[in-house]
Amino acid sequence: MKFLPSSRRVLSAYVIIYVAILYFPVLLLPVFSFNDSATPKLPLVGFTFKWYEGLAGNEAMHGAAWNSLVVGIIAAFLSTILGICAARAMTRHRFRGKGAASGLIMAPLILPEIIIAISLLVVMLSMGLQLSLFTVILGHLLICLPYSVTVLVSGFEGFDPSMEEASLDLGESAFGTLRRVTLPMLAPSIISSILVTFTISLDEFILAFFLSGSEPTLPVYIWGQLRFAAKLPNVLALGSILIAASLVLLTAAELLRRRAERKMAIRP
Amino acid sequence: MATASAFSYGKEQHLDPSAPTLPGVRTAREAPVMRFMRSEAGKGWLTISPPLLYAVLLLIGPIIVIVANSFWSQDYLTIDRTFTLENYKAALTEPIYRDLLMRSLFVSVTVAFVTVILAYPVAWFVSFHGGRYKGLWLFIITVPFWSGYLLRILSWKVILGYKGVLNSGLLYLGVITEPLSTLIYNVNAVIITLAHSWAAFAILPLFVSLEKLDRSLLEAAADLGDGPVRRFLRITLPLTMPGIIAALMIVMIPTVGDYVTPKLVGGKDGVMIANAIQVQFGKASNWPLGAALAVSTMVIVSLLAGAIVLMLAGIKRLLK
Repeated sequence: MKFLPSSRRVLSAYVIIYVAILYFPVLLLPVFSFNDSATPKLPLVGFTFKWYEGLAGNEAMHGAAWNSLVVGIIAAFLSTILGICAARAMTRHRFRGKGAASGLIMAPLILPEIIIAISLLVVMLSMGLQLSLFTVILGHLLICLPYSVTVLVSGFEGFDPSMEEASLDLGESAFGTLRRVTLPMLAPSIISSILVTFTISLDEFILAFFLSGSEPTLPVYIWGQLRFAAKLPNVLALGSILIAASLVLLTAAELLRRRAERKMAIRP
Repeated sequence: MATASAFSYGKEQHLDPSAPTLPGVRTAREAPVMRFMRSEAGKGWLTISPPLLYAVLLLIGPIIVIVANSFWSQDYLTIDRTFTLENYKAALTEPIYRDLLMRSLFVSVTVAFVTVILAYPVAWFVSFHGGRYKGLWLFIITVPFWSGYLLRILSWKVILGYKGVLNSGLLYLGVITEPLSTLIYNVNAVIITLAHSWAAFAILPLFVSLEKLDRSLLEAAADLGDGPVRRFLRITLPLTMPGIIAALMIVMIPTVGDYVTPKLVGGKDGVMIANAIQVQFGKASNWPLGAALAVSTMVIVSLLAGAIVLMLAGIKRLLK
C-alpha cells in the first residue's frame, strides 16, 4: 500500500492529535493537584504540595486505601488462578461447548456494569449477605476474570505443549509438571495478569459503589468527597496518586509481557 | 497425559473384565462418568469448570433472579411473587422511562459510531505504519483506558465545568467575555466524555481485523488500476467489517448502561436509564421496577445491536 507522502503526514498528524487528546484529561488532574488554588481553573497560580499534605492525616481516606488494597490483592490472585484454568482449557483442550463456556466467562467484558451490579446486589441481599469488602471481591473477581484470561491465553499460546508432555513422559507427576514446567513458563503472564487485574480492581467504581456497604474503596470514597466543592483539590491529589499507581502497574505488566514474548521468540 | 492413556489402554486390553480388581486400578467397566472425565472433552470441561462455575453462579444466576424480579411486584418491603407485567408496562410506556431509554440508546449508538470512525485511522496507522513498534503503540493508546474510569470522567467535569478549565482559559485569553454555560450538563457533554473514555477500546478489534487483512489484495487492486478510495471501499472496508462490528458492539452495549458520566457531566438534560435503575435499587426501593428497566434496556440494546449488524452486513454485500 503506497501512500502519497502528504496523506501519510496528515495521518501521522491525526494520530498524534488523537493520542494527545486521549492523554489530556488524564494528565490534567496531576497538573491541577499541584496548583495553589481552591478551584481548578486557568491560569495556574503557583506550585504547592498542600493538597497532598492534606491527605496525610485523613483517616477515612487511609481506611479506603487499605480496603482497596485488600480487595485488589485478593481479587487479583483469585482471578489469576481461575484465569489459569480457563486459559488452559481454551488453549490446550478441544471439547464441544468450548465456545459457549468461554463466551460466558468473557461476557462481563461487554455487559453494562450496572446490570452486573444490580443483579449481584439483589442476590446478595436476598441471601441475607451483609454488604462488605467480601461482596466487592466477589463482584471484582467476575469482571477481572476476562482480563486474566486474555493475558494468560497469550501466555499459554506462547509456549510449546510438548514441554509438558516431555516432562510427563520423563516421569514427572502431573503436579510436578505443573510446578516445575508450566508455572515457570507462565510466570511472566501470571504476574502480568495479577498486576493488570489489581489495577482494574483499584480503579473500579460501579460494582464497589453498589456492593461495598459501609466499607468504601478508594473510588467510592472519592465519589463521596465530590459532594464537597472545597475538597476537590484534595480529590485531585488523591486521583493523581491513583493514576500514577495505575500507570506504574500497567507499565510493569507490559514490560513483563514483552520480556516473556522475547524469551519465547528465542526458542527455535 | 499421554502416558496415562497409554497405561490404561494396556490394562483394558489384557485384564479379564470379570477378575476382581484392585482398588484404584481402572478397568473397562469403570463408570461412564470416570471415562468421560479422562476423555479429551472431559479434561477440557474439568479444567474450565472452576471459572465456568463461578460465572454461572455469579453472572447467570443473578441475571435469572433479576429477570424473575421483573415479573414480581413490591409492596413496601415485601416482594409479591405473583406474575405481573405491570413493571414492563411502566418501564416501556411511562414517558419518563421511555425518554430516558431513548436517550440512552441515542447516546450509546452515537458514541459507538463516533468512537469507531475516529479510531479507524489510528488503528490503520498502527497496523500499516507501526512497524516494530505496533505493540508499543497499542500500549500507549490503551493505557488511558485501563486507568481510572471515575477519574477520567471527573477530569472532563473539571474541563467543561462552568468555572472549569476551558471557560477560565478562554476568559483569560479574552476569547469570551463570560463563561459558556453550554459546555456541561447536557447530552453533548455525556457523548464527548463517553467517546473519550471508550476510544482506546474500539482500537483493539479494528487493529486485529486490519492485521488480518491480506496486503497482497491491496497491491493487486492497485496494479489493476484502483485508486486509494476504491481500494478502501471495495477491499479494506468489507474485509475489516467484522472488526468494525465488534468495535461498535464493544462500545455501544456497555455505554447504554453508564451511570457515572450522566451523573457527573450530564446534569438534568443528560440523565440516562442507569440513573433511573439505580434510584429503584436505592432511594425509591422498587426492585421489580428497577429489574424491569434493566431487562428492557438489555433486550432493546441487543435488538438494536442485531439491527446494526444486519445493516452493516448489507452494506458489506453492496460494496463487494
